[in-house]
Amino acid sequence: MSTPKEPQYRKRVGYQAVLLGGFSTLATALLVAGNIATKDDIKARQKEDLLRSLNQVVPTEYYDSDLLDQPLSIADKRGDNLTVYRGLQGMQVNALAWEVVGKGYAGDIRLIMGVNAEGEVLGVRVLSHAETPGLGDKIEVAKDDWILGFKNHSLVNTSNQQWRVKKDGGEFDQFSGATITPRAIVTAVHDGLIFFQQHTDELLRPPVINSDDEPLQRASLSE
Amino acid sequence: MSNEYRRITKDGLWDNNIVFSQALGLCPLLAVTGTATNGLGMGLATTVVMVASGLLISLLRGIITPQVRIPVFVLIIAVLVTLVDMSMNAWVHDLHKVLGLFIPLIVTNCAILGRAESFASRNTVMKSMYDGLMMGIGFTLALVLLGAAREILGSGTLFSNAVQLLGSWARFIEITLIEDYKGFLLIILPPGGFLVLGFILALKRLLDQKLAGREQQAIDASAKLQPETS
Repeated sequence: MSTPKEPQYRKRVGYQAVLLGGFSTLATALLVAGNIATKDDIKARQKEDLLRSLNQVVPTEYYDSDLLDQPLSIADKRGDNLTVYRGLQGMQVNALAWEVVGKGYAGDIRLIMGVNAEGEVLGVRVLSHAETPGLGDKIEVAKDDWILGFKNHSLVNTSNQQWRVKKDGGEFDQFSGATITPRAIVTAVHDGLIFFQQHTDELLRPPVINSDDEPLQRASLSE
Repeated sequence: MSNEYRRITKDGLWDNNIVFSQALGLCPLLAVTGTATNGLGMGLATTVVMVASGLLISLLRGIITPQVRIPVFVLIIAVLVTLVDMSMNAWVHDLHKVLGLFIPLIVTNCAILGRAESFASRNTVMKSMYDGLMMGIGFTLALVLLGAAREILGSGTLFSNAVQLLGSWARFIEITLIEDYKGFLLIILPPGGFLVLGFILALKRLLDQKLAGREQQAIDASAKLQPETS
């Protein structure tokens, strides 16, 4: 293929600089435009995803409010802020859900757990993990129903001694070939319930209706 | 002209296959080919990016100078992948949940930069897009082959979760080949990817040798004929 004769100006440093700068500017502009065009849709999709995973651990009959409305932010014992989603029935907090993290065999296991107002577990699901396929991944509800075994357990009906895997003298099964993974989850859920016990008042206090709201507006909303 | 397109097709699918001949793009290859479905998804996403980068780079080849071509190509490919990622996340979210992990990985696929550099920057738009398509299909075939081999050996299934990627019509290709198979963990883990890839590469060499041998025989035979006729 014969290359056409290259004009002289293209060999100058200035041309190269303008070319590179121009492409960078163009790339930035395109990415900004792309971000603006997709931002709202992505946010909406993420909200749907969150709601879907919350609904796995908090059955819909437990609340008649918007789960994602006014989440609480409370510091746990390590000082990290936990976001707690509340399900209201009437004005009463009837169910709560938040994320807990277990230290698994291969890094963090992110879990979401739902609890009713009495502190009983409604459900636990794994959000993400990096455990060994075929051994530790039985914690996924798609692979095994082990994770369903937490339902109805609380600090009252299950003692601290029992909140362990069977190998350590507790209530919960481990998997053959994988003890660290289930142990991490049992500990994480137990810690979650202790968190509930320590913050019960704060968690169950009905949300204050914003006093700035004009009564008239509120009335029209409740209609 | 059509000869040239036949050449590109043959190059992309076999002679110059990204994985089997150039051994490029092994990072995404080994990372995602635990199952055939994952391989298929990654392959399709890569094909789209390769066709688009072929189009853009061959369009712009007149104004990009050799001195700054590499950063400009990298920029174009990165922007392309990011835009694909964002729009899939916003508008085909379910597909994005399956493929989302792989899309940023496409940038790390040096095969795309390789094709931009060695083909698209020197050829017409049509030819570059066709080359991207064929190289992409060749890559997809390699990924599906490797994924299928690892999935069958490692977990005894084929195309599991294909429904998530392709929609509910694909249920019939989800096959459990070995019932109650305990699985062969090594094959699913990354070392298994290297092992299976090694065997497939060896197999391709053998096939190529056999083909070359047959061609050689044909040449020898015609050479023998030559003196008789003259």
